[in-house]
Amino acid sequence: MEDINRFGPELALLIAAGLIVVGDVTLPMRGGTRRVASVALGLAGLAVSALWSLVLIVADERGNAFDGLMVVDDFSLFFNFLFVGIAAVIILASVDLLEKSRFRAEYVALVLTSTVGMMLMASTVDLIAIFAALELQAISFYVLVAFLKDGRSSEAALKYLLLGAVSTALTLYGMAYLFGLSGSTNLNDIAAFVAGADSGTRPALVLAAVFLAAGLGFKMAVVPFQMWVPDVYQGAPTPVTAYLSVASKAAGFAVVMRVFVVALGHGLISSDWSNMFAAIAAISMTLGNVAALAQSDIKRMLGYSSIAQAGTFLIGLAAVAANDPQLLLGTSSVVFFLGTYAFTNLGAFIAIIAISNKIGSDQIGDYAGVARRSPWLAAGLTACLLSLTGIPPLAGFWGKFWVFNAAVRADLVWLALIGVLNSVISAYYYVGVVLKMYTQEPANDEAFQPSPYLGLAMTAAVVGLVAVGLYPAPLLDASESAAAVLG
Amino acid sequence: MLSLAVFLPIAGVLAIVLLPKEEEHRAKLIAAGVSAVVLALIAFMFVDYDRDRAGYQFVNSTTWLDSDFSNIKLKYAVGLDGLSLPLALLTAFLGLVSVLISWRIELRPREYFAWLLVLETSLLGVFSALDFVLFFLFWEIELVPMYFLISVWGSGNRVYSAWKYVLYTFFGSALMLVGILTLGFTADTFDIRQLARIGDINDAIIPTWAIFTLIISAFLIKLPIVPLHTWLPDAHTDAPTAVSVILAGVLLKMGGYGILRMSLSIMPDVARDASIWLAIIAAVSILYGALMTLIQQDLKRLIAYSSVSHMGYVLLGASAIGTVGLTGASMQMLTHGLITGMLFVLVGMVYDRAHTRNIADLSGLAPRMPFIAVMMVVAGLASLGLPALAGFVSEITVFLGTFEKHEVMTIAGVIGIAFAAGYILWTIQRVFWGAPDPRWESLVDATAWWERGPLLAMTAAIVAIGIYPAVMMDLFESGVTPIAQRLG
Repeated sequence: MEDINRFGPELALLIAAGLIVVGDVTLPMRGGTRRVASVALGLAGLAVSALWSLVLIVADERGNAFDGLMVVDDFSLFFNFLFVGIAAVIILASVDLLEKSRFRAEYVALVLTSTVGMMLMASTVDLIAIFAALELQAISFYVLVAFLKDGRSSEAALKYLLLGAVSTALTLYGMAYLFGLSGSTNLNDIAAFVAGADSGTRPALVLAAVFLAAGLGFKMAVVPFQMWVPDVYQGAPTPVTAYLSVASKAAGFAVVMRVFVVALGHGLISSDWSNMFAAIAAISMTLGNVAALAQSDIKRMLGYSSIAQAGTFLIGLAAVAANDPQLLLGTSSVVFFLGTYAFTNLGAFIAIIAISNKIGSDQIGDYAGVARRSPWLAAGLTACLLSLTGIPPLAGFWGKFWVFNAAVRADLVWLALIGVLNSVISAYYYVGVVLKMYTQEPANDEAFQPSPYLGLAMTAAVVGLVAVGLYPAPLLDASESAAAVLG
Repeated sequence: MLSLAVFLPIAGVLAIVLLPKEEEHRAKLIAAGVSAVVLALIAFMFVDYDRDRAGYQFVNSTTWLDSDFSNIKLKYAVGLDGLSLPLALLTAFLGLVSVLISWRIELRPREYFAWLLVLETSLLGVFSALDFVLFFLFWEIELVPMYFLISVWGSGNRVYSAWKYVLYTFFGSALMLVGILTLGFTADTFDIRQLARIGDINDAIIPTWAIFTLIISAFLIKLPIVPLHTWLPDAHTDAPTAVSVILAGVLLKMGGYGILRMSLSIMPDVARDASIWLAIIAAVSILYGALMTLIQQDLKRLIAYSSVSHMGYVLLGASAIGTVGLTGASMQMLTHGLITGMLFVLVGMVYDRAHTRNIADLSGLAPRMPFIAVMMVVAGLASLGLPALAGFVSEITVFLGTFEKHEVMTIAGVIGIAFAAGYILWTIQRVFWGAPDPRWESLVDATAWWERGPLLAMTAAIVAIGIYPAVMMDLFESGVTPIAQRLG
């Protein structure tokens, strides 16, 4: 019973997803009702899941479940809330899309199952279970990306599927190494083995770390595993792109933190993977930003920018050095940054959905004069883009602040310098969109409003990023207690 | 009370944003009311400030963010001392002036005045922050309103100029952020008071001179120094008049203030070694700025380059690293703010009327607009350093303070003054005197209250400081003495 209780947040979503699919087939409902029913059921499932997580906290039900396959701790709870919140916003943001396309209830169900996958990614402490969670998440996403069923969307889904399969193989290969060396799939057992390993096993451990980083780098979308990003971001339905860019990325980082900090954090190869992540971080930031400069399609631009942002997260991971205080500081800064990034990037994508719905284009050039036609949307998008740049008093600033702080404290001043200089480069293209919206003449003067669902989702994101910007303490506390678990 | 003054403009912003579109003409009333109250509050603090007691007064302090893992306590801490109080007063004064001279703004007035007020909060915040991270926050926030004000309400090549301004400043502040983090890590605090007490740190993870360079580069870009000054003529020329006033009057002072408050006061040992370099940079800026001023064809650009030259004196005074030099540098910030602010107001008025700023096109304006002409002469004479006007006091103090330490550079500075006399008088002569041009027959003088009021107030301040500089000088001296002691 205790196991089921700790699995409750995920279970609620699985049940909701099941009800949606079964109900859609069996109940005699018309288009509009079906849509409302599935969206409502999806949101209800998410609400129950969040409440259940809350109950787990209040009742202090932290602990292992299913013989240590899964764990409920502050780290997994943090990500439970993060993923549930993101999924709720994504479902709200998808209502317009569902109205336009021939409705299929699986969409909402798939959002829920992928959320379950990601929640499990953050809460499993066994390589096999992590792998299963990864696949659950990935397969849901393959279908979601293809949801539009047009040429672009299908091409994107195929690319995502093929490269995803390669990354899965790499991850599995890395896991096999770890299992072969340590004789266990449990992260804590592996940690014990690594802590006591002699230097002879070092090459094999490094190899395992490299394979794992490569496989998971695909989820995190960092260079050199980023080549799928621009095409998939551009081709997928925009709400799915938003979902990929925040949730899938955050889940990738959650697994990386679990595996690297817990299993490989203490012992002879921690400085090796720290150096590896530092290098990947520097390259991802620079390549992502430089490529984003040249984009004319706003979804592609945000795709490249998300590669650069992922590089910035990696700075925090690289700062996880072998000694304890920094270990926590680095991880907590990444967790914190993931939280702020979720608000920010979601807000940006929702604004883009709302604007593109009306102007019928994703070209940055067509954003001219949007401020005149829809002042609140333009203001919201501006806030998100400035937050991505890292301008205070918005959430994104604190994300970068803590990551750079962690880097400086881990003797990685050079990496922090590369990071801040990349912020300057990124200002060029983020602010470029703002510039288009505010200083150029619109093609026509017709005013427009976002749909109520999008408006609600947008408001939530912007309020979140301003609130965290002005008073970051609660989110910081949460991320510090999440990181403390891994220490 | 200080926190109230800093954040009152934000309350004004909320009020303006909530105005319905039909009522948008009331935006300027709200902005004027708010900035007048802020000015009154800071003027009250100016009078109330206990000049016999050194250190920060009107301090509000509370812990704002407490990180378990990095021993960081970020504080919301504000306070004013002899160095920052006059600059805060200047900010509040020019804040009100900039609202008044924008009385005729028709394009999207709600947004315009809202951004002006955001700008005021960020500037007051920079001068009153007692925590380095808080200082940085305010420093960065200022970018956003400036960007919009220049790119939307500017003229000419405004989009390019706004870009250039933002990228230059952002580049500088990016470097500063790394410097701040390294400094805070080593000293285990971001509190400016504690950092100053600790003095030089030797066991940083990167050499202290590197931290010094990272931090001061943001200030030098802002000041600006040659060759990092090129954003300034562009931004000035294309910004709307009120923004030019704030830009020249207050924003440049953020750089000077930062050098005194952070670079010199927190890292005195490095500053002492670097002083000769600062002096050389200052001399180059003074002379190059002055020479460039001589060849300008555009009135606003001309004053912009004269600012480059004049801000060189601030750096020159700072490089003296003694009480007299630092007092001179801070006086120069204040007086340059008033004088150049006034010059920009006047040029803006000429431009509004004649729709050109090209010096070659303008001629014989004095008979058409005697009030503007008289004001221009006053501001011009103050700018070139005529005794009994404000500019003289600060420049002479800078030279007195610097001469012993860096003779050659001081002489270069004095030569700069000679150029200043040349370009100011020559410009006034060409624009206001000379043969009357029939094209300008129909131009009218400044008659509205919102035009004359600010100009007369600025003149009064310039004359008052010129005749009785002690009112500001004593205050600045009390503010910079502790810094000079640390350097000494």
